[in-house]
Amino acid sequence: MTTSIELRADPAVQYLLRLGDACLILGQRLGEWCGHAPIVEEDIALANIALDLIGQARAVLTRAGQLEGRGHDEDQLAFLRDERDYLNPTLVELPRGDFAFTTLRNAMVATWLKLLWQRLQASGDAELAAIAGKAVKEARYHQQHAADWLVRLGDGTAESKRRCEAALAALWHYGAELFDDDAVDDAAAAAGLGPRSSELRDEWQAEMGEILGAAGLAMPAPVPFRSEGRRGRHSEHMGYILAELQHLQRAYPGGVW
Amino acid sequence: MSETTTRTEWPLWEVFVRSKAGLDHKHCGSLHATDAQMAIQLARDVYTRRQEGTSVWVVRSDQIIASDPGDKDMYFDPMEDKVYRHPTFYALPREVDHM
Repeated sequence: MTTSIELRADPAVQYLLRLGDACLILGQRLGEWCGHAPIVEEDIALANIALDLIGQARAVLTRAGQLEGRGHDEDQLAFLRDERDYLNPTLVELPRGDFAFTTLRNAMVATWLKLLWQRLQASGDAELAAIAGKAVKEARYHQQHAADWLVRLGDGTAESKRRCEAALAALWHYGAELFDDDAVDDAAAAAGLGPRSSELRDEWQAEMGEILGAAGLAMPAPVPFRSEGRRGRHSEHMGYILAELQHLQRAYPGGVW
Repeated sequence: MSETTTRTEWPLWEVFVRSKAGLDHKHCGSLHATDAQMAIQLARDVYTRRQEGTSVWVVRSDQIIASDPGDKDMYFDPMEDKVYRHPTFYALPREVDHM
């Protein structure tokens, strides 16, 4: 077994890990649909989205490693950190659920990522701006694909509507975390790296409101609950996903294709 | 496709992909989708994921009128011995060689 790497606590690195880990963990979760989606065409679509997200994670983690300055590459960052050093929002690590759950989560995350990538195109970090320029096209499609499905399911049969409402009840309050600011956001905004988390809240609410409205679904009221994955405090599901994600690199250190 | 089939099964769509500007759309396969919008998206995901396309057409398979395979000898075989329909029986000017 390879021991975990130690990370330098740097706000710019943490800002990038929050983004890169969101892509990495959701990509891993979506990969679980491979061979299990309701139809073969959607199976391929979900795998495509998962691979887009893994690609984005690779680029962002590579940049995070460069900014950290300790020679950690994308693989070390993806596979050799301890659970508390992953800074993805809790939302993306929750088990994949049924198709309504996955569709709603994809809509929530893709809408958030699209808005974030749009802003990051103007990042003071030229590398991050270039990554964002490519990723925003992918995120736009992910959002449209998920939103179209959500409208079909929400406005579909009694059963599909029931499942969407159950997904909303289970997932919605995990979205709040995406828009909470802390010192990492302050540092990123001050350095011109990217927007504060809270700056995306209103647009996200508006776009999600439009999607849910078209789907005939009611947006749940805000609750005080806050998940804290972006601060490294994860749900009980995170350990299992990391065990699967990290197994090969831990068992065969430095293994490559 | 009959009414009963469409009620329990998603309609079939034929997919045409244009590989680059200037070329024509080529038939490349089919897929099931509930409506045109979903058919376009799934066609993009299934048939252009390796950079095969710059444009996609879809059309419902039941909207295509095809010739009957049973008519093949009547329709197509008579053309076998009509080589004079190929423009190969006159000399080309040297300037337009390699046609």
